[in-house]
Amino acid sequence: MARAVTTNRKIITSAAAWTIALIIFFPIFWTILTSFKTEAQAINDPPLFFNFDWTLENYAIVQERSDYMKFLWNSVIVAGGSTLLGILIAIPAAWSMAFVPSKRTKDILLWMLSTKMLPAVGVLYPISLIFVEFNLLDTRGGLIVVLMLINLPIIVWMLYTYFREIPGEILEAARMDGATLKEEILYVLTPMAVPGIASTVLLNFILAWNEAFWTLNLTAANAAPLTAFIASYSSPEGLFFAKLSAASTMAIAPILILGWFSQKQLVRGLTFGAVK
Amino acid sequence: MSLRTTLCAATAMTLVATSGVFAESHSKTITIATVNNGDMIRMQGYTDTFTEQTGIAVEWVTLEENVLRQRVTTDITTKGGAFDIMTIGMYETPIWGANEWLVPLDDLSAEYDVDDILPAMAGGLSHDGTLYAAPFYGESSMVMYRTDLMEAAGLEMPDAPTWEFIREAAAAMTDRDNDINGICLRGKAGWGEGGAFITAMSNSFGARWFDMDWNAQFDTEAWANTLNFYKGMMDESGPSGYATNGFNENLSLFNQGKCGMWIDATVAASFVTGDDSTVADSVSFALAPDNGLGKRSNWLWAWALAIPAGTQQEAEAKQFIEWATSKDYIELVAANEGWANVPPGARTSLYENPDYQAVPFAQMTLDSILSADPTDSTVEPSPYVGIQFAAIPEFAGIATEVSQEFSAAYAGQQSIEEALEKAQAITNEAMEAAGYR
Amino acid sequence: MATKASRSAARIMMAPAVVLLLGWMLVPLTMTLWFSFTKYLPLRGDSIERGLDWVGFDNYARFLSSSSFWPSVQTTLIMVGGVLIITVVLGILLAMLLDQPIWGQGVVRILVIAPFFVMPTVSALVWKNMLMDPVNGIFAHIWRFFGAAPVSWLSDASLSSVIMIVSWQWLPFATLILLTAIQSLDSEQLEAAEMDGAPALKRFWFIVLPHLSRAITIVILIQTIFLLSIFAEIFVTTGGAFGTRTLTYLIFQRVIDSQNIGLGSAGGVYAIILANIVAIFLMRIVGKNLDT
Repeated sequence: MARAVTTNRKIITSAAAWTIALIIFFPIFWTILTSFKTEAQAINDPPLFFNFDWTLENYAIVQERSDYMKFLWNSVIVAGGSTLLGILIAIPAAWSMAFVPSKRTKDILLWMLSTKMLPAVGVLYPISLIFVEFNLLDTRGGLIVVLMLINLPIIVWMLYTYFREIPGEILEAARMDGATLKEEILYVLTPMAVPGIASTVLLNFILAWNEAFWTLNLTAANAAPLTAFIASYSSPEGLFFAKLSAASTMAIAPILILGWFSQKQLVRGLTFGAVK
Repeated sequence: MSLRTTLCAATAMTLVATSGVFAESHSKTITIATVNNGDMIRMQGYTDTFTEQTGIAVEWVTLEENVLRQRVTTDITTKGGAFDIMTIGMYETPIWGANEWLVPLDDLSAEYDVDDILPAMAGGLSHDGTLYAAPFYGESSMVMYRTDLMEAAGLEMPDAPTWEFIREAAAAMTDRDNDINGICLRGKAGWGEGGAFITAMSNSFGARWFDMDWNAQFDTEAWANTLNFYKGMMDESGPSGYATNGFNENLSLFNQGKCGMWIDATVAASFVTGDDSTVADSVSFALAPDNGLGKRSNWLWAWALAIPAGTQQEAEAKQFIEWATSKDYIELVAANEGWANVPPGARTSLYENPDYQAVPFAQMTLDSILSADPTDSTVEPSPYVGIQFAAIPEFAGIATEVSQEFSAAYAGQQSIEEALEKAQAITNEAMEAAGYR
Repeated sequence: MATKASRSAARIMMAPAVVLLLGWMLVPLTMTLWFSFTKYLPLRGDSIERGLDWVGFDNYARFLSSSSFWPSVQTTLIMVGGVLIITVVLGILLAMLLDQPIWGQGVVRILVIAPFFVMPTVSALVWKNMLMDPVNGIFAHIWRFFGAAPVSWLSDASLSSVIMIVSWQWLPFATLILLTAIQSLDSEQLEAAEMDGAPALKRFWFIVLPHLSRAITIVILIQTIFLLSIFAEIFVTTGGAFGTRTLTYLIFQRVIDSQNIGLGSAGGVYAIILANIVAIFLMRIVGKNLDT
């Protein structure tokens, strides 16, 4: 920045930004902190910040009650599988929309987005009946397909906006050199779009990970992901703040860590074509 | 983390992920959907004992009550077959049994001693005399109160109090400065939460849901009296935000010593006298209050295990049910965790056991259960079976909306008259849609 | 550049996505439409195998005339509108703040985007119990510390509370997109305006805001899509009581609590119509803004 920034101004903005950031982060911080308290300490009046005996017993109880790894594994498979499948289907579609646009391209794009507006609960019965008919209930495969379909419009749109930023001349040059369509997509387009694809993958992994309606209603014991794990801790009898906090921390930790490590990609990538 | 590694990691993850997609589970494993109540969670801890005895593995799907209802109801009506055993209650069992969605439990072994199940429980879990679900634990409701606070207020709790006494005592025990509320009651919306409480309470005020022609009765004076009394007492002596308190919230308040009295499920007795309670030593019990009209305000409920028709593992499922609701299971829990922690309210023999009779709340629980009659719950005649519910398929939907109107009145967002008017409209609307009127 | 060959190739490559989504839309939609014209009460023994009774527009009329219908539409619009306003306004302010040079920018950014990674069920549970509980919640402690009576958030200020929870979840998303847009703002243009003596407010209004309009549209579009079907936050916190029953939630009650599939399906069709009205409205704006 060319402008000279006075230290004073930096102090003020830093203080403001940190205050707001800490307020926004507080609920998560408080949950993580509470997960290390005993149940009695969790509801202590006044609230305890760091002056308590840190304990891991809540995590032990939660792990004993439900096999965390199984839920975690299902979450990884379902979120990962649906994202991968979605990307594979979306890349060709986004390519053709971006490089061979027709009059209807925008309509198709908007129509795709509008399929996301169907209220899930309105089609719970139809989908359940279809799942029963095809024996998909409580299978990870079925869940992967549903989550893929739910997020496909977003994937297509994100990829479309990234692809459009790639100059068409490069592709044309590749074509001149005799590249086939497949080669063009695989060796020219995809490498250039890697940042865009990476952040699309990230965003959709997060969306699929957090999806809590279908993952609950279409699973039982075999395919249940972390959203089902948390549903068994929402209001047990008696004091439960600490156990709930531990379960919550376990449910959000993997995605929180993934998100933090990759936040640069996410920040850079989350434009949806907002920047031209 | 660099871009490339992120991408590689994500790709690797998805590749690994898809490889295990269609893995199937093996036979000899039964899947059980259950509610996350304390007794059920304890049962999960003993699953290994069952597996050792029988070689049958058990997969648990433990869900919060509302999620469980939603999940198992969808599964049974769409014939999903995701579960081999479902944990359901007295409301669902007769309705599902009538639709032949459940496997009748009419061939249980002699050893199991089906006649030992308390008649009130067996009756509520049957349709046309056939048992469709075995009670894991049963409950009624009763008054739990703090002896120390009662004494300090200079009052003595009778074994069978009236509502007038409860209200007076609540006012006398309330000490806002020390954060002590004379009485804690359910106000939370939901037919199984505040809806269940107010319906049971209304019975003692002479109210009923429907007259013999299935007309809603919320325009009667009895209902207005019930709600006015409830709200009046709770505003005087209840905790702040009582309109969102359900069983768990009240339990938590009581255990923290913030309630003088609490009228709720008898199973709570073992929690308020247990390790998590700060007031365990000064709790005593009394029958749910009445108004001298001949009906008390206690309900009857059981959490029971049922087998959905069409499961591939019917024999194994039956084996599990026989194990989990048996006398042996009760003894297993008693041996490990003491008699106070066994699942109560299901078997007559439990209450004849001298060891169990020594538990402080045993007799009051039994008396409460015995005084509840689902077939004759209202002062004036009613066409339905059930105390805190009416055992018709439409009830859950109607009562959830009605209780939402009531909760809004408790919170002061509308008057009691408005709430009752809306309740009347909602109920008649729904009964019309279902073809009753 | 588009040759005939590449056009047909393009069509083929678009086919899987289009066909899949068409199926995903049409199959359940057809079934929902069918159910909505029938009496389908599974608990009364109705099932597809036994055949469903055709009842014409009964379910539609009943759903529309129900006393809960209009309030639920209103609640839906207030909720979506409220969250949009909060997230966009705060998002712009936050994005402008984060664009300034500050110490520990990376950490601040991580803290701010964190809520986006929290699953809706968890955030609803955490807010309801740990923060908003009128006895043990952290807000109650704060209120008591200042000598005020704790607020029963979820009964006395239910709709605002739900809007607050949902806004918390979506604020990071809005901030991220708006931040990316702000970063692409030409700083020389701003400096020139500053030199010319344009006050900060004017600079914001005439330079920053127009530059952000495209990003704002996109935030509104994407969020509306997700917000119209909000469910977990209501289910966990109020269960639809205290005036938080949105159209989606009303349908849930008809389908799950009342087990009236016909009536619920009719409600579903209304929800689709409402979503499409909103969509057309939105796409008019977006379509204009997305034109290149």
